[in-house]
Amino acid sequence: MSLANLTKPWAATSYGFLDASAKRELRRKMLKAIAVPGCQMPYASREVPMARGWGTGGLQVTLTLVNRNSRIKVIDQGADDGVNAASIRRFVSRVSGAAETWDTLDASIVQSRHRIPEETLRDDQVLVLQVPNPEPLRGVEPNISIARQMHADADYGKLWLTLYEQIVRKGRIMQGAGYPSMVNGRHVMTPSPIPRWDVPKLNMARHLTFLSAGREKRLFAVPPFTRVEPLVFSDRPYQVEEHADLVCQRSGVSGYFMNELPVDGGGSTFEVSDSNLGIKAIQRAQGEPTVIGPTWYRNGEFSA
Amino acid sequence: MNLDMSQPALERTAPRLMRTEPLLTMRDVSRRFGEVEALRNVDVTVYPGEVMGIVGESGSGKSTLLRMMNLEDTPDSGDYRLQLPNREDGNLFDLARYDRRMLCARHIGIVYQNPHLGLLMRHSSSGNVAERLLVAGERSFDVLRGKAREALDASEFPLARMDARPIELSGGMQQRVQLAKAIALEPALLLLDEPTTGLDVSVQALVLDTLKRLQRDRRITMVLVSHDLGVIRTMADRVMVMRHGEVVEQGLADQVFQDPQHPYTQQLVHAKL
Repeated sequence: MSLANLTKPWAATSYGFLDASAKRELRRKMLKAIAVPGCQMPYASREVPMARGWGTGGLQVTLTLVNRNSRIKVIDQGADDGVNAASIRRFVSRVSGAAETWDTLDASIVQSRHRIPEETLRDDQVLVLQVPNPEPLRGVEPNISIARQMHADADYGKLWLTLYEQIVRKGRIMQGAGYPSMVNGRHVMTPSPIPRWDVPKLNMARHLTFLSAGREKRLFAVPPFTRVEPLVFSDRPYQVEEHADLVCQRSGVSGYFMNELPVDGGGSTFEVSDSNLGIKAIQRAQGEPTVIGPTWYRNGEFSA
Repeated sequence: MNLDMSQPALERTAPRLMRTEPLLTMRDVSRRFGEVEALRNVDVTVYPGEVMGIVGESGSGKSTLLRMMNLEDTPDSGDYRLQLPNREDGNLFDLARYDRRMLCARHIGIVYQNPHLGLLMRHSSSGNVAERLLVAGERSFDVLRGKAREALDASEFPLARMDARPIELSGGMQQRVQLAKAIALEPALLLLDEPTTGLDVSVQALVLDTLKRLQRDRRITMVLVSHDLGVIRTMADRVMVMRHGEVVEQGLADQVFQDPQHPYTQQLVHAKL
């Protein structure tokens, strides 16, 4: 007896694993999410062969978008070779016939946990972000009914108050990942736990972004060419992490978001968080034919 | 402490104030909670710059009426108008939730008996005042900080503690933070729901002293609810006596206290005396 003969063969499931009614519902909610940028749309999150909290929201959106011509890239904290990323990528490919890829330029759908690739996404690409907590107001208003009223009234004063308190207590804004951002001047969203470095990449971007939380059963979207503005005080500008001068110890690239690796003796070294970019840089350095696309950041400065 | 408890209410100013257009007008306001008739055909008129005191026993409808004035509740019937600059006249009870919230944020301040209702206990005192300004759309940190400091100072709150959390403060200090929050946007109307209840007598006197000074310096229109006749007598220009959801007597403060007409008012005044 093995897992293979205990489970149904893939051929017995619907195309792309999800049944047609589930995909129909998701498509409707995705269209609504595009129509009202940043507004959370509830959906009946289905069971998928993965535990809640491991990217089921992103997976369901990807399975709804995918077709045989798609090319799937899945990253976890910027890395293509993480166990979870590899499992999701292989699963999507097996149930849809879509090709797998690590190359950002080659992908038509990029599903990601906690990062946006450094290479600029095009208008024919879709970014799907896995979101653990889609509600930016949860920290200031635990009652979901009141939080919905606050969204309806655009009552976001308490979010600014949180930032005010951080400046009063610590002298600067301490909010790191999932920085609350105003979408299209109307709804505040938490842009999944992407670092502050990545938030400007969503502003007026060419690509479509879906953010989906399977456990919380809600999804929202940032359509192409939509304003995404982090909440800031007019006299306290938005600041990204100070990674501009850090150098990747493996690929030698600099000016991108880095992972910090503690070393014996108390110091740190750094590796570029977008692993595919690092691989491309190494390949190029070795003289192999490699195309590195335009990046959002150039020499550590946001330039797109 | 400059509070003179023996000073009669401002009998001299009240008739003068009443010659102007009223700031607040409520007509035929009724509210029922199940079998209990909390308010029955209540009429209220408040003039700009005056202090209207509302007295009555527990359950007489004072706080319900104040909640109506702050648009926190909608009556079963009634009409409520505020004479505000650049604002069309109309029944405020007909406003949508968002419009109510914005109107209250900009034009009405409230101090609750229980500071937990009016303050965010986990945030700093200055943050509590800043929140009021944030709702009204202020987005400059330095301006928020400056205005919070100014409002706290006006409420005689020690500025060295402006970033202390209200939970760390005494009851009197918490009331001052509430007061600072209420006056931060210079509201047209300040509602005070038993602001000194639960405080010891010396702190009560300090808070009342601050209120009197604010009223004198800024001419803020106040509606003060209390069951303490001494507080009402000290503060109010006019007094409204409520019982079982109805207004049984109203008039100039001195008039009501010196020559009460209704048996219930007589009972109240004599019980106090």
